[in-house]
Amino acid sequence: MANLAINMCGIKSPNPFWLASGPPANCGEQVMRAFDAGWGGAVWKTLGKPIVNVSSRLGAVDHKGNRMSGLNNIELITDRPLDTNFKEIYAVKKRYQEQAVVVSLMVESKAEWREIIRRAEDAGADGLELNFGCPHGMCERGMGSSVGQEPAILEEITAWAVDYANTPVLIKLTPNITDILDPGIAAAKGGAHGLSLINTIKSIIGVNLETMVPLPSVRDKGTNGGYCGPAVKPIALHMVAALARDPRIQIPLSGIGGIGNWRDAAEFIALGATSVQVCTAVMHYGYRIVEDMIDGLSNYLDDMNMASVSNLIGKAVPNFTEWGNLDLNYRITANIDEEKCIGCQLCYIACLDGAHQCIHTRQSHCSAYHGESDHGIYPRTEIQPPVLHKANGGIPDHVPFVDEDECIGCNLCQLVCPVPGCITMIEQDSKIAAKTWQEMEV
Amino acid sequence: MERVTNLPDNRLEKNFSEAKPLYTESEARIEANRCIYCYDAPCTTACPAGIDIPGFIRKIASGNIRGAAKTIFEVNLLGVSTAQVCPVEELCAGACVYNKDNVPPINIGRLQRFATEKGLLWEQDKKSTLFSPQNQTDRKVALIGAGPASLACAGHLTLAGVKSIIYEKDDLPGGLNVTGIAPYKLFTDAALEEIEWLKQFGFEIQTGLEVGRDISIDHLLENFDAVFLGAGLGRDKLPGIPGEDAAGVWGATELIKKIKNDRAFKLPANLESVNVVGGGNSAIDIARELALLGVPEVNIVYRRTISEMPGYRHELAAARQEGVRMFERAVPVEIIANDRLVLCTKHKLTGEPQQFESDWIVLAIGNERDAGQLSPGLEIDEKGCVVVDPDTMKTSVAKIYAGGDCINGGKEVVNAVADGRDAAWSMLREWGIGEAQQVRRNHG
Repeated sequence: MANLAINMCGIKSPNPFWLASGPPANCGEQVMRAFDAGWGGAVWKTLGKPIVNVSSRLGAVDHKGNRMSGLNNIELITDRPLDTNFKEIYAVKKRYQEQAVVVSLMVESKAEWREIIRRAEDAGADGLELNFGCPHGMCERGMGSSVGQEPAILEEITAWAVDYANTPVLIKLTPNITDILDPGIAAAKGGAHGLSLINTIKSIIGVNLETMVPLPSVRDKGTNGGYCGPAVKPIALHMVAALARDPRIQIPLSGIGGIGNWRDAAEFIALGATSVQVCTAVMHYGYRIVEDMIDGLSNYLDDMNMASVSNLIGKAVPNFTEWGNLDLNYRITANIDEEKCIGCQLCYIACLDGAHQCIHTRQSHCSAYHGESDHGIYPRTEIQPPVLHKANGGIPDHVPFVDEDECIGCNLCQLVCPVPGCITMIEQDSKIAAKTWQEMEV
Repeated sequence: MERVTNLPDNRLEKNFSEAKPLYTESEARIEANRCIYCYDAPCTTACPAGIDIPGFIRKIASGNIRGAAKTIFEVNLLGVSTAQVCPVEELCAGACVYNKDNVPPINIGRLQRFATEKGLLWEQDKKSTLFSPQNQTDRKVALIGAGPASLACAGHLTLAGVKSIIYEKDDLPGGLNVTGIAPYKLFTDAALEEIEWLKQFGFEIQTGLEVGRDISIDHLLENFDAVFLGAGLGRDKLPGIPGEDAAGVWGATELIKKIKNDRAFKLPANLESVNVVGGGNSAIDIARELALLGVPEVNIVYRRTISEMPGYRHELAAARQEGVRMFERAVPVEIIANDRLVLCTKHKLTGEPQQFESDWIVLAIGNERDAGQLSPGLEIDEKGCVVVDPDTMKTSVAKIYAGGDCINGGKEVVNAVADGRDAAWSMLREWGIGEAQQVRRNHG
């Protein structure tokens, strides 16, 4: 079994899986149960001056019957007394020395920062995470994302915190900005020991079409909240990778956003994260999901002959480049396996209406096969459908075919095909040397 | 739907439970989301009514239930009953592309039931209607037989403003939907409620009135712009063997009708065994019904082999699961009535005699095809079916259209519905009423 232990700027944990600051890390009893389930660390639900929460607080996007593809919340920071939180942090740390407890903090003035950092460290925090990310409620009071969106202020508060703290300071960034590098670099300049990202994305999750109130609704009103869950993962991956490959940022990253299994986690780590944080998936399925995360990541690392998770960190970063560095002469085309094809023709209609009209059926009115076009554009070339070698469950004429000369290799057909391995993208030898856009410009 | 019939609740058919009950919201959502929304979908091609199946399923998934119901009803006005009685395993679901990937096919019948029944509930809740009849034209059509073909035909005609009157010789409308569908597929009251819904469009049904006896077809041809012949099939066929008229020998459709609708009918308490003669779906249906009603021994005695049976494989499997046994290659030669009935057969190949003893015998070897006798000019094919032009549904007699079992010898309800619809659209095209409609249709 691969070694999953990490050391993130001095914060050590037995595995890279941490609970993100949020409802699953709201109290000591929860965090202890999470550690019992196998979580390597927890970022405690943000502490700050007392607030009052509303109901309801959550809304979700379902997709094709799958629940909570995306989740949105308008919950604020902890609504429990600070004393209670600190007592529970102390109790957790007394019982669990190996697991990391990072305490998320959000206050306003310099004095408040000094006070709350001292109390968190006295309670036994292994590290601190400054919440400069929340895009709802707290930002209206000059905290959360309103700090994360102002690099100069972010840098200044970071410097205070680093100055006061005896433990590592992580800065949690908001994605609600134009370029993640601006706050990332500011935090590094301020002396942060690490960065956590992304916080939630400012969003309206939906509208109740009967009452005309945005969701989640609080009596007869709704407000924008923070969006998270599986749907935001690609945005988070990009932002983590953008920081990971920038030479001005030499501090470790904690990846957050839509992580629900070991594969998601491995992708974040490959793009530069040292630890990963999970919230929505735990809210959906409970702490028990960490069992497969640990097991799956370990098996994957073994398969890849990596002795430690640290070997995976940033492995994909060198291959993340600008568009202008892509080889313009590389070419792939779609290939449909006629034996696997079930005849749904989703690839045909997707290519016809949503791509480049390179897939044909034997029935289609405007296919090259019939040699006629309804709108004068089609066909671009005369092609003959291939002879089918095997009858496919009585529907051989339902198997579409690809015009390889016209196929631009976009992948869409493969993405819509419901049968694994039925459509593959085959590399075509273009017999031309690689050339990028950048090289053409020169 | 409201109870509209005065059928007593203690009918024998009420001893059955529904094989495919109405989906819950969760079931419908999960199943609808499983559909991959094929282009040029094989299920639609396989549907005799040509329903846009991926289209209505997508509407269920998006919560547009009213739209889903309308997508179905527009081409299949008997969408409620066909959802339950269609052999989807042989039609739409049998053609589902999932079958080719070893994934269970979409439960299209149950989704159709969900969409149509919820669509009608929407009508009740909103005190609104999915369809509104067009302005009355001066055309009128007489329809013979109130089975699915005529009901569909009259429904489409009435919606287009054509006055329609259906003449039915039986006391109840509905044809086989009311008298002949196995109860676990569709109860009589459900079939009658569907007819009440259709009647809201404005057509008339005169029951207990037989064309050819109480009223002549010439009279109809003189007084109506067209006549639709949806007379179905005749009484149970007899094999023509000695003893076939003995007490305790039933015709299958006769017995099924009694089980479904006869308030006084009960199975004798000492009914120990029944031999069913035949190999079609009626034979399988009555055998399964009797087994489900607790008859200890039910056999199907068939003159050919299972692989040659016209009855559906999935239906036979279900009957056998209830304990029905199959005897193959046994050709009936005589029925001897002693204390019990003895069915004497000879082996199809060897001629070897065999005897099957039972309390009852049910003959399920088909029905008479006598609709063609209604008018002397009607062209009849060698099987006794009325001949029509499939594009117009016109018979060889001017102004007479036909559809349903009387032209196909006995197919599914959905075939009859599509025939009736196509006949209506054909008339409307000819008379220049409304937009010409034609859906792609599988005549197979």
